[in-house]
Parts: sequence; structure tokens; C-alpha cells
Amino acid sequence: MYDFNNIYQPKTVKEALEMKKAHPDALLLAGGSDILIQCREGRLAGRDVISIYTLDELRGICMEDDGTILIRPLTSFSHITNNPIIKKYIPTLGDAVDQIGGPQIRNIGTIGGNICNGVTSADSATTLKTYDAILEIASVDGIRILPYADFSKGPGRVDLREGEMLTGIRIKKDSYENTFGKYIKYSMRRAMDIATLGCSVNVRLTEDKKKVDRVRIAFGVAGPVPLRALSAEESLKGQLISEELLEAASQAVMADVNPRNSWRASKDFRIQLIKELTRRALRSSIEQAGGEF
Amino acid sequence: MIVGKAVNRVDAEAKASGTAKYVADLVDRNALVAKVLHSTIANGTVLSFDLDEAYKVPGVVKIVTCFDVPDKQFPTPGHPWSTHKAHQDISDRKLLNTRVRFYGDDIAAVIAEDEIAATRALKLIKVEYEEYEPILTYEDAMKDGAMAIHEEKPNNVVVHSDYEMGNFDEAIKEEGLIKVEGTYETPIVSHCHIENAGSYAYMESGRIIVVSSTQIPHIIRRVISQALDCGMGKIRVIKPYIGGGFGNKQDALTEPLNAFLTSVVGGRCVKLFYTREETFVCTRTRHAMKFFIESYVRKDGTFAARKIKAYSTQGAYASHAHALVANAVNGFRMMYPVGAIKGDAYTVYTNLPTAGAMRAYGIPQIGFALEAHVDDICQKAGFDKVQFRRDNMMQVGFVDPFTTIACHSSGLDECITRGKEYVNWDQKIEEYKNQTGDIRRGVGMAVFCYKTGVYPIALETSAVRMVLNQDGSTQVQMGATEIGQGADTVFSQMAAETLGFTLDKVNLISTQDTDVTPYDTGAYASRQTYVSGMAVKKTALSLKKKICEFAGYMLNRDPSDLDIEDNNIVHVGTREKYLTTEEVAMEACYSLENSNHISAEETHHCSDNTYALGCCFAEVEVDIPMCSVKILKIINVHDSGKIINPQTARGQVHGGMSMGIGYGLYERLIIDPKTGKTNNDNLLDYKLMTVLDTPDLGYDFVEPEDPSGPYGNKALGEPPVIPVAPALRNAVYNATGVAVNAIPLHPQRLFEEFSKAGLIK
Repeated sequence: MYDFNNIYQPKTVKEALEMKKAHPDALLLAGGSDILIQCREGRLAGRDVISIYTLDELRGICMEDDGTILIRPLTSFSHITNNPIIKKYIPTLGDAVDQIGGPQIRNIGTIGGNICNGVTSADSATTLKTYDAILEIASVDGIRILPYADFSKGPGRVDLREGEMLTGIRIKKDSYENTFGKYIKYSMRRAMDIATLGCSVNVRLTEDKKKVDRVRIAFGVAGPVPLRALSAEESLKGQLISEELLEAASQAVMADVNPRNSWRASKDFRIQLIKELTRRALRSSIEQAGGEF
Repeated sequence: MIVGKAVNRVDAEAKASGTAKYVADLVDRNALVAKVLHSTIANGTVLSFDLDEAYKVPGVVKIVTCFDVPDKQFPTPGHPWSTHKAHQDISDRKLLNTRVRFYGDDIAAVIAEDEIAATRALKLIKVEYEEYEPILTYEDAMKDGAMAIHEEKPNNVVVHSDYEMGNFDEAIKEEGLIKVEGTYETPIVSHCHIENAGSYAYMESGRIIVVSSTQIPHIIRRVISQALDCGMGKIRVIKPYIGGGFGNKQDALTEPLNAFLTSVVGGRCVKLFYTREETFVCTRTRHAMKFFIESYVRKDGTFAARKIKAYSTQGAYASHAHALVANAVNGFRMMYPVGAIKGDAYTVYTNLPTAGAMRAYGIPQIGFALEAHVDDICQKAGFDKVQFRRDNMMQVGFVDPFTTIACHSSGLDECITRGKEYVNWDQKIEEYKNQTGDIRRGVGMAVFCYKTGVYPIALETSAVRMVLNQDGSTQVQMGATEIGQGADTVFSQMAAETLGFTLDKVNLISTQDTDVTPYDTGAYASRQTYVSGMAVKKTALSLKKKICEFAGYMLNRDPSDLDIEDNNIVHVGTREKYLTTEEVAMEACYSLENSNHISAEETHHCSDNTYALGCCFAEVEVDIPMCSVKILKIINVHDSGKIINPQTARGQVHGGMSMGIGYGLYERLIIDPKTGKTNNDNLLDYKLMTVLDTPDLGYDFVEPEDPSGPYGNKALGEPPVIPVAPALRNAVYNATGVAVNAIPLHPQRLFEEFSKAGLIK
């Protein structure tokens, strides 16, 4: 038995946005795999809810004319993993969301819900960061475009203003073309767990496959929000592929991260993981791209 | 032979099809819902409540607080009651407690029309406390001047006990001994049975009926009568199918309070189902223990002397109290009953969740400490790890001087041989010497012994009733309980075996109802196939005798010439068939000359015990920079005497190994060191293994016939959990050279240990 106040069920996105405007404190319910837990725990008990789960116009993945990949926010994790476009162009994202929870959660949970929760451990977040995802956010007043990089406002807080709702996630062609990546989720068990640390890396090599042309690195649980290791990325650009590069990367990321002590894991252990996961994810990405050590 | 066969579980169809009824399936739809208010401090006293806002919630029927319950302390553990005062369980809690002793203590309860009303009201109750500093470790609890958590125990020591076998001080004077010391620690863990604790209660004609998910219905009835100060005849406890217990439900949990709650709402049905969070914090846990061991070994690889000092962290209430650590230090002696041995054990109150019974009752704790220590000895002195154990371990004929429990049979040596073969031990020991690099492999092993039942420490008794039906089948009623382990199936096999019936002619009544079910203390101590099995055998022999007597009357033959085989009355020698049992049963029931409703009921008071033995062998791969352990191969080999049902036995071994791997690598209850609040009271943060974390689980049985067991059998329910954690710890030691002396070997701990050892820089 869940403690809701009122439940609203819009039939269209337009109706949903109107309801959101009329009930600004109402929770948007997508798959419910986070919200229902928080209702049960009491944190979100007794609230109004707008269930958008049946809005199929917010579901699906397609490629736009310019090669941009558009992921609608209600797309479930299992649909992302098995989508041919994702498999072909951004398999790292498909792998990342395939490590969330268990099969039931991946069938009901949505990528939009995953990033709108704003938690640092969200498995889709790091990979979306490394692919420079762009968000489409709608309200009754129109549409706002925002880089995902600017979306996080703090633990559990994102840049969704009153009456707004996420309606699209885009990844541009330049961002995924000739790019190979790896997401490593470090958790205490192999399923039904949240990341102790998540690391997503992708690289584009120079034509001769000797050097790193572009590298992007992001971490989950290495700070209060999912974060990019921008200074490390900059320092690695143009470097020769070598074992030393991996070591340099694992050191360089330290300037970008800010892990903390908690009862789940110590700061020092998280630092060890940040370094080791950086090495392993970067090695894998380079090897997939055809680079040799 | 039906005993020894892998017959299907008798409850398989009901459970697979969903027709088996559990407490939540049976509860009246109109039942009121009770929710307990748990304290949000670990140590203090409730001064007052403000219930005004809570009573305004629509649907709230009644709120009772710690000021409204009987001023009477009662015991909760599932032990047979002792009529000798000195051996009685400790009575140290009330239905709701004014003196708060852990974060989560029961201080009030709301009864409402539905769950949401009850939950909303709980949040609106205001509590005023007098708060004291939480005492969260046994060290702090034992300090001079530490505040008493229970006024009856001013120094917080619940019980202290010691023993000495031989003369330790003399024994260590022997020349040339090697001394090895070690300190070993085990965590608080949770049982994690699928079905949470829960019950419903109602009244009928002035009597209270409680339907509960429990392992021990007859004991629960006694505890409720003590808590409510009413006669046992006024209480009726019913136990339907349950979703596991692992010892947590060998304790009175929700039942006494629920029995009280129905009485304050005029006997209306009240359900009190704990959430998973409450089940973690507010039921029972496995005792955390710390062991200080000192051993003196001869250069020939035998023990000259050893001693142990053990501290068991009890938590807030006594529950099973000292029985567990006493079992642990006894196990320390029994496994290697060689040389002089000294034991010293303390059970200490703290402001932590209450520890109670859990699968193998103190022995997984000592099993880890002792078997880790034995590896430490072998490492230091250069002994062969397997040979050292073989040279010192319990042998047939051993009689423990303190408990008088004798080793009637042992297949341990053969168990070890098979375990070694399974992991290719000798070759791997050579192969894994002198490894370097980030990824290293190792092998480890551990042995154990485990008693079968609680004799002679406590009473062992069991009663069974068998009633012959007109169709020649029998209804079997037992106080012994099915808790998922397969008890109903093996009892059915035993009954069929001894009666000469086919299995389909045995209808075992799974539900216990204390109004009608014969007495048995219930499922714990791996006792039921042994103790209750003896009662099944005795009752079946009695019923068979009565059937043969009636058949003798029908046939005009001497009953001692008759036997039953495959539902037929046969000649005891020639096996010639005379009648079917159905013909006998029909005539016995409806005879116009000699109607006789054939039934048998017998009590077996068991006064024997025997050791189950076994070992675990494991091979692991350690990823040092990732601080993770992967199990490549693992096997438990058990001597549990003759196996009654190989299929259900395998299930017990697999389940126990899973629990053992969790104990060794994953599980621990994490308590905030300042407030005493449990941080991980849920299955996300409490890292119970998933199927993806579970390796292939090898198992094997060595089956010497135990002369004391009713069918040559010994304990099996609990033992599989025991040897796994130390085998894994020893395998990691073998792989990395790092001896980790606390479990679980979770990544955070391995990070710290590997860093200390210089493997991580």
C-alpha cells in the first residue's frame, strides 16, 4: 500500500505539462523504481503524483537527419541496451544501463528518471556526460535546450524549473563517430547494487592510431554529482598510446574528483578505485579503437 | 527403501503452485493493522509521549505505549523451558520498553484500520526522552563505571564462563613448543529469510489465538503466557508454512506484543507484520564475537596446549544470551581435542540490535577464528595444512569431558580426501607458490564439527501422533516444524519406511496448532531429523504394532508373525501377503464386533547426541588493485551420517554454502558508531549475494552409518554454513600472503589490508 495523495494520468505530453503547471509540487512518475521506494520510505509519502508512464510519445530512440541520436526519456534501460542504433553507435551506453539493478528494474526503469533523480551513482549519467548529451526540457511555455553538463545542481538536485519536464536526450554525430568507450561499474556485488564508483571513458584516436585525439572521462560517486574529468582530458589529448599514458591518466584525474568518506566506502578506497578504473576503462577504450600498447 | 531416496518434497506442488498458505495469505481481510514505534535513540528512558496529533489521523483505533503494558519482564529465546530456576532463560524485556536499550527499541504501538493510517500516526507521535551516551562495543560496556544497560547486570556482563581441560600452565612448560597468537573477529549479520517476521492475533471465547511465522509454535505459546501472565491453555499458537527462519524465528518476535494488542481492541484481529527494515534491526542478529587465541604446538605438528578468550556482543536484550559463545568455546575444544585447553567466555550487553540464534549457533564464529588460526599456525611453523588438521582432529571414540557427547562415527578423513581431489589441492599448492602481479590465485580449506541437537545442555523431547485412516493411509501430526528445510519430506519418508507404507499413504500435517499438535520444541539445532526422527520411528513402530494386532485378530494369527510391506499385511518370514492395510483399516473402523480407531502417540525423550563433521575446500582469484575476490571452485563435503533424502540434503548444503560465502565475503550489519543507528537495514545496502555472485557450489556426502541416529543420520541443517568463510579467508591468505583476521573480506577491508601489506601503494 503506497501513501499517495492524488494521482493524475495525462494522455498527452501537453496535458502532462498543463498538469505540472497546475500542480507544481506533484511528482512526475515514470517507471517508479525510485519514486515508489521513496514513497514507501516516507520521504515522498502523501504527495500528489502525475504518472507519465503511458505517454508513448516520450518513448523510443531514433536518428535525426544530421546523425544526432535522440533518446526519449521514457525509454527503458532494457530497450536502450537492445536498441540497434545504440548497439551500433554508442554500445557503452547500452552496457552501462545493463548494469542497473536487475532485469525487472531494467524493464521498468527509464533513462529520463535515472538522470532527473540527480544522484551521483546513476549508471547512465557518466556515459551521457562523456558523450556530451544535450537535454530537451519542455514546459507549457516552450522548449529549453541545455547541455547535460549543466544539469546537475547538487546531490539529488537538477536544473528542472517549476512546470518543466525532460522530453529528450540528444547525442551529436561528432560525439560518437569513431569513438570507442568503456563503462566500469564497481559495486559490492554483480547485480542489484548501486555503484561504489562508476567510470566511463571514451576515446577517438588519431588516424595512425598512435595517439589520443580526444578522450573523455566521467565518474559517478567521485563527487556529489556525476562529473567529468576535464583537466585530465585536456592533459591527455595528443599523447602517445603507452602504459605510461594509463598511469598519467590515473594521476591526472585526481585533480578533477572529490570523493568522500561514507559508511559505504572510504575516501581512500574510492581514490584507489578512481585510479584503477581509469586505467582499465582507458585501456579497454583504446584497444577497442585499435590502439596498441 | 524410502529413506535414502531423492523423493520429491511433499510440499513441492503446493509451494510451486502457490496454494501453500503463509501467514499473510491467511489473515482476515478486515484485520486491524498494528505498527510499532521504534526508538530513535540507542540508550535512554522514555519520559513522555504526546499522542494528540497521532490520534487525529482518520482510521487510528488505539495507541498503546510503554506506560500501558504489563509491568512484567519475560524471556524470548526458543529454548525448552527449564523447571530449575538456575537454568531458566533471562527475563529482561517488556512488551514495550520505557528504558530504551538500542536504536529501534519498541516503545509504543499504533493500531489502525489500515497500514497508511498506522504509518501516518506513527510519524505524528512525539516522544520525550532522557538520553544517555550509547554503549556500542563490549569493550566500552565492560569499562569500570560504564552505565548498566539492565539494572540486573551492573557490569553489563550477561554471563561469564570458563573451563580447563588438562593443565594449561603445566602443558606450556614443555620444551621446544612453538607459540602462535591471533585475534579474530566476526561481524553482526542478519538471517535474511525471505518472509519477514509477522503474525496476526485475535480472540475467541476469552482465548487468544496467534498465527505466526515461527520455527517454534509450542515455545511461543509458553512465552506469550509468561509475557501476559496467563495460563498456557488460554493461548493457542498456529504455525502455517513459513518463508524461512534460520534461527531468527527461534525466538518470540512479534507474537507476545500482538497477543496483547488484540486484547486491548476487544479481541479484533490485529496483524503485526514487520517490514524488512524492522526485520533487520528489531528482530535478532548473529552475535559479533571477538576471539583471542594462544596456541602451543610441538614441532611434530600436534597441539600441546591452547587457550581462548571470547567476547560475544549481545546487544540490548539477552535472548539466547551466553548459549552461543559457550557453544563456540566448546567447539574450540571439540574440533581438536588434543593437549591442554582453556576457555574463557563473556557475553556482554551493548546498545545494539539484539543477537539471538542463527544457523549453527556460535559455531560459524569459532569456525572462522579457529580455522584461520590453524592456518596461521601452519604458516608460522611450516606444517602441512591438511596433515596438521588430520593429526589433531576429533576421532571416533572421543568423549567430550564436559558435555559427555561422544563421537559415534566419523567420515571426516574421507571428506578431506574428496575435498582435496575436487580442487586439485596438492598441485595447486605447488602452482600458487611465489606469485607476483595484480591477479593471484590461492586455495584454502577448513574443517568443522557440529553437535546434533542440544542434549545434554537442554532437554531434547519430541512427540508424534499417527492416526490410521480408513483407506490404510495415516495422518501424521508433529510438533516439529517445516521451515523450508524439507522436514516434512524426510519425516514422511521415515514414517513410510518404518510403517511399511508407500510414501503416498503418509499425510504429514504441515501446520502446527498448539491446541491439537503433539509437543515438540521445534526447528533448531539441526535436531529434528535426529530427535524428532526418533519420535517418528517410535510412533510408527507403535502404530504398526497396533495394525498388526488388529490384522492378527482378523486373520486369527499371532500378530508377531505379521509385518507390513508396501501397504500389505505380510508374513514376517515368508512375506506372503494376507491383507491390505486398507482392509485392516476399514474393518478396524467399522467393525460391528470390535471397532478400534487405531492411532499411536509417543514421546521420545532423547538422551544422546552425535557429531556431524565436514570440510570446505575453495580456490579463489584475487584482483588486488580492485580489492575483490572471485571464487573459482568451492566444495563442501559433509559427514552427516546416512542421508535421508539426497535432493533436499543438497538444498541444505547449497543454502548453507551461500550463507557461508556471504559471511566470508559480503555480509555485515553496519552500525553508526555515534548514534547506534543501523545504516544498512535493507537488501540494497546489506550485501546479500545475488545469483550472479554465486559460483557453482560443489557438494558431496560421506555416509558412515551413525549408530545413535534413528536412521543412521546426523545433523545437516546448520553445518553447511560453518567451514566456508574460513576456507575462503585461508584461500585469500594462500593467494596473497595477507592473513585477514576479520570477516567479511569485503573490498573496503581488503583495501585496508592490502595497503598495510604494501600490495597497494
